[in-house]
Amino acid sequence: MLLEIKNLQAGIEGIKILKGLNLKVEKGEVHAIMGPNGSGKSTLAKVIAGHPGYEVFEGEILYEGKNLLEMEPDERAREGIFMAFQYPIEIPGVSNSQFLRIAYNEKMKHLGLEELDPIEFNDLLKEKAKLVEMGSDFLKRSVNEGFSGGEKKRNEILQMAVLEPKLAILDETDSGLDIDALRIVANGVNSLRSKENAIILVTHYQRLLNYIEPDYVHVLADGRIVKSGNKELALKLEEKGYDWIKEAA
Amino acid sequence: MTKALEILANREYKYGFVTQIETETIPKGLNEETIKLISKKKDEPEWMLEFRLKAYRQWLKMKEPRWGNFEYPKIDFQDITYYAAPKKKPKKNSLEEVDPELLRTFEKLGIPLSEQKMLANVAVDAVFDSVSVATTFKEKLKKIGVIFMPISEAIREYPDLVREYLGSVVPINDNFYAALNSAVFSDGSFVYVPKGVRCPMELSTYFRINTQESGQFERTLIIAEEGAYVAYNEGCTAPQFDTNQLHAAVVELIALDNAEIKYSTVQNWYAGDENGVGGIYNFVTKRGACRGKNSKISWTQVETGSAITWKYPSVILQGDNSIGEFYSVALTNNKQVADTGTKMIHIGKNTRSTIVSKGIAAGYSNNSYRGLVKILPKAENARNYTQCDSMLIGDKCRANTFPYIEVMNNTAKVEHEATTSRISEEQLFYLQQRGIKQEDAVSLIINGFCKEVFRELPMEYAVEAQKLLGLKLEGSVG
Amino acid sequence: MITQVKKQNLYEELFQKSFSQSTQPAWLKDLRLKAFEYFSQNGFPTPEDEEWKYTNTAPITREQFSLSVEKKPSTQLENLIYKETQRSYLVFFNGQFIRELSNLEAASNIEIFSFSEALKTNNEILEEKLTKQVQYQRNGFTALNTAFIENGLFLHIPENQKVSVPIQILFVSTENVIATPRILILVAKGAEATLIESYLRSEQARYFTNAVIEISLEDRATLKHHRIQRESHNAFHITTTDVEIGEESIYDSTNITLGAKWSRHEISAKFTKEKAEVFVDGLYLTSGEQFADTHSVIDHLHPNCKSRQNYKGIVDGKSRVVFNGKIFVREGAKGTDAHQSNKNLLLSSNARIDTKPQLEIFNDDVQCSHGATVGQLEEEEIFYLMSRGLPASLAKNLLTYGFAEEIINKIELESVKATLDEALLNRLSVRL
Repeated sequence: MLLEIKNLQAGIEGIKILKGLNLKVEKGEVHAIMGPNGSGKSTLAKVIAGHPGYEVFEGEILYEGKNLLEMEPDERAREGIFMAFQYPIEIPGVSNSQFLRIAYNEKMKHLGLEELDPIEFNDLLKEKAKLVEMGSDFLKRSVNEGFSGGEKKRNEILQMAVLEPKLAILDETDSGLDIDALRIVANGVNSLRSKENAIILVTHYQRLLNYIEPDYVHVLADGRIVKSGNKELALKLEEKGYDWIKEAA
Repeated sequence: MTKALEILANREYKYGFVTQIETETIPKGLNEETIKLISKKKDEPEWMLEFRLKAYRQWLKMKEPRWGNFEYPKIDFQDITYYAAPKKKPKKNSLEEVDPELLRTFEKLGIPLSEQKMLANVAVDAVFDSVSVATTFKEKLKKIGVIFMPISEAIREYPDLVREYLGSVVPINDNFYAALNSAVFSDGSFVYVPKGVRCPMELSTYFRINTQESGQFERTLIIAEEGAYVAYNEGCTAPQFDTNQLHAAVVELIALDNAEIKYSTVQNWYAGDENGVGGIYNFVTKRGACRGKNSKISWTQVETGSAITWKYPSVILQGDNSIGEFYSVALTNNKQVADTGTKMIHIGKNTRSTIVSKGIAAGYSNNSYRGLVKILPKAENARNYTQCDSMLIGDKCRANTFPYIEVMNNTAKVEHEATTSRISEEQLFYLQQRGIKQEDAVSLIINGFCKEVFRELPMEYAVEAQKLLGLKLEGSVG
Repeated sequence: MITQVKKQNLYEELFQKSFSQSTQPAWLKDLRLKAFEYFSQNGFPTPEDEEWKYTNTAPITREQFSLSVEKKPSTQLENLIYKETQRSYLVFFNGQFIRELSNLEAASNIEIFSFSEALKTNNEILEEKLTKQVQYQRNGFTALNTAFIENGLFLHIPENQKVSVPIQILFVSTENVIATPRILILVAKGAEATLIESYLRSEQARYFTNAVIEISLEDRATLKHHRIQRESHNAFHITTTDVEIGEESIYDSTNITLGAKWSRHEISAKFTKEKAEVFVDGLYLTSGEQFADTHSVIDHLHPNCKSRQNYKGIVDGKSRVVFNGKIFVREGAKGTDAHQSNKNLLLSSNARIDTKPQLEIFNDDVQCSHGATVGQLEEEEIFYLMSRGLPASLAKNLLTYGFAEEIINKIELESVKATLDEALLNRLSVRL
């Protein structure tokens, strides 16, 4: 079992948003978490990644059998958890390639593998950048600074490609993307998909699932998973809206 | 943010050791006799003594300045030792005769002086308390006409050169501390680059205060003749004492037609402890004169040490088309104070200046940028661009920006921008989420913030500067 | 030194004359006396004072003024009243509030009192504000104003009153006079009003206006404040404006400086509670040998307040301009959002500008910035207009006009805007 969430109750500033969430994710699987605004989708993503603003009141998260909640956010990342941010952060003055090399080498160090020097790393990075159709000028620019919405999201996927996570959580990665950018992002994700890793797609719309086909679809409402199914469920949601689930639940 | 603060606060001052060496000092206190004694010890010509005495008499009439945005206790100028030197008098031309203890001290500071270990392609003048103890590559430089030697020697060996330029950029009565320095300066570096010569190696002076009660008053004079180029670096450290020491240096730069001087400083004097006890008062006057047309003077400074830093490396842009630059990083922590910036005085036509200042305030510190851009009536088409950014870490520190802009010519273009930011929780989390440890994340963000300044530093100094800011990012500059 | 003593004797005589006739309560007489003592000892500020570094007060020190003997202006005021304020204006003549010349028909929901009335009905508020808000010790000018407090104006916008018409306060002075108007404005909870403070004088009289205006906004109040300074070109002018802003209140001011031979406007806005907003914008347009100084201070003492300062200047002839804008963010003022901009066009080779934007930040949870520029019009823009057939001089004047319009356009009152536009176009010799 890669990830197991048991009775997770969590929130922000004392307000409970997740109210007893359960989820199991195995390697090789793609899970879509859908749900209306305010249902707790982004909270789930941030709690898994360990955002310091979020509190866990009850429940546990096991990652490869280890207690995830005891780990610092950077430890989680080095252990293979990656979150693509809904609103990627700008880091002025730090170039994309510099930043990625540091992150990459931290991971290598952690795994006891050899770190790459700037020249070696550049070759790797150029290869990965092709995946999301990013030019080398992007790699020289400061992290996310002055990037358009689409460029920021592509940059998130590039980071995912470089860091090769075991568990990737994409938090509303499709939001604000035009159709071309969505295609590029989805292609990137699909090519990174393997038997060795798992992906959690957090999304409001079914649209993304046309490009990245999930194995499971979960509907989150009021802090709990109220319905799970296969991709057909997403289509049904698209057609009938979230009210249908709420009524059924 | 407390985390980022802790990381910064816990940086250790690695240079706080004291070298056990026999020192020759003169009694504390300042009067005309003291000055005569210093001059005599240095075997100076009569005109030099006159210069000192004139400065001293001016100084007596001046008042200690109090206009900075901070308080400091009254300094008892009679309680300072104005001359301290290692007892064995080193003969500068052969390093073997330098006290091995001194060589070890500089090596410990990362400045190897012995022939085998010398930094390749960097000539170093090492100043210990009041005297220069060794100068490397002196002979090699002499062959191409570059003079690089302690100023005390230059006064004896090249009196005409020194006499012509000394005090010509910073007059003896320029300010209280410049007058004091002119009266009592002990040593420092002298650089002369003749017409058309590009100095093939970087010149470095490393200043070390060792004696507890001594002040350091070094004097540096750099002259770049027509078409000459020189890059000069200085580094500074001092042991940890719980008393304050005064460092009042004067640096004068002169660039003639088409000449360029690049001056870099990494200042890491002891800053005092977390309660503000001890540390250096760094009250320095640095000024360059772009006398010739198309000349260029560039100041780069990384100021992380000292209890109080009070300095404004300036450029007087006299020659037409001359260029002045000022790049600065000032990091203050605990109870440190930095009030630093620059003056760009545009006199000639088509003169240009650039100011980039990055202030980082943490703890209870007080970090101010203070600068003057002055465009005089005849400075047709003068240009200035100023960017001042402050970063605050914690909610007990202060960051201030005091720019003065005076424009008397309507063809001038002057732009000033200033911003204030902090390391946000979100930025830290984002970096951590990518697997970067929190302390490295803090360093990375600060490094990014300072990048425009670091890239102006020579390689070794950039690495040094990053280390000083608690950064562990080898090779990420450039 | 002898001349210095003479000058003080001049004010001494004026002061004794004014003070001896006073029937004011003891606290006010005491305040006036102390203020005059302060002035006698300190005089006007000198350039040694950092706040007056670029401002030479010597031209005023050299002048002699007298107190007004006339009680009413000889000329008609009608053409000085804006169309929008025909039935809502208040008049100060030679520094004193004259109720008989004022008209408040259209703004019956506000309360106005001359100081002599207010000392009976609102003595406590008056004492509180006059002694504590702008203190006489601030400088020689505020001291002198306080020493000469006679018939000021207390303007009260009662709770939740929305004043639908703008109110104009008109200041008129005659030759040789020192006018020291003093105004207290209290905008009570939830109240809203628009104020036009106008110093107008078409003739070339020589006089000295030294005004102090104290404004308080209680919670959820809004005040739009337009200040139009078009004093005579021989006049000396200084106004000290001090504003205190309560919770969720908005103070929005636009300050236009066109007139006076020598002028200074000091405006400080202080947040007294959270979540309030301040806009202090201005335009100065100087020529000839004018001297115009603006000192603006925004003090963030409380969390989550927002401030904007946007000053623009067009400096021509041999005129000199000083701008000093400060932002203070105090310890504890979290969530502060403060920005300041000062842009200047220098049109003549004899003009001079000294600008000093300042930030003093004591808190890390802030968004603060400032910018200042001194320069000329963009070559590209001039070229663009010329390529459409405009002569170079017209192109430049038109662009200069556009530069100033950003500020003038903030004034939503058509007739005020129209007169400013006209003045601007005349100055630039542009016909649109």
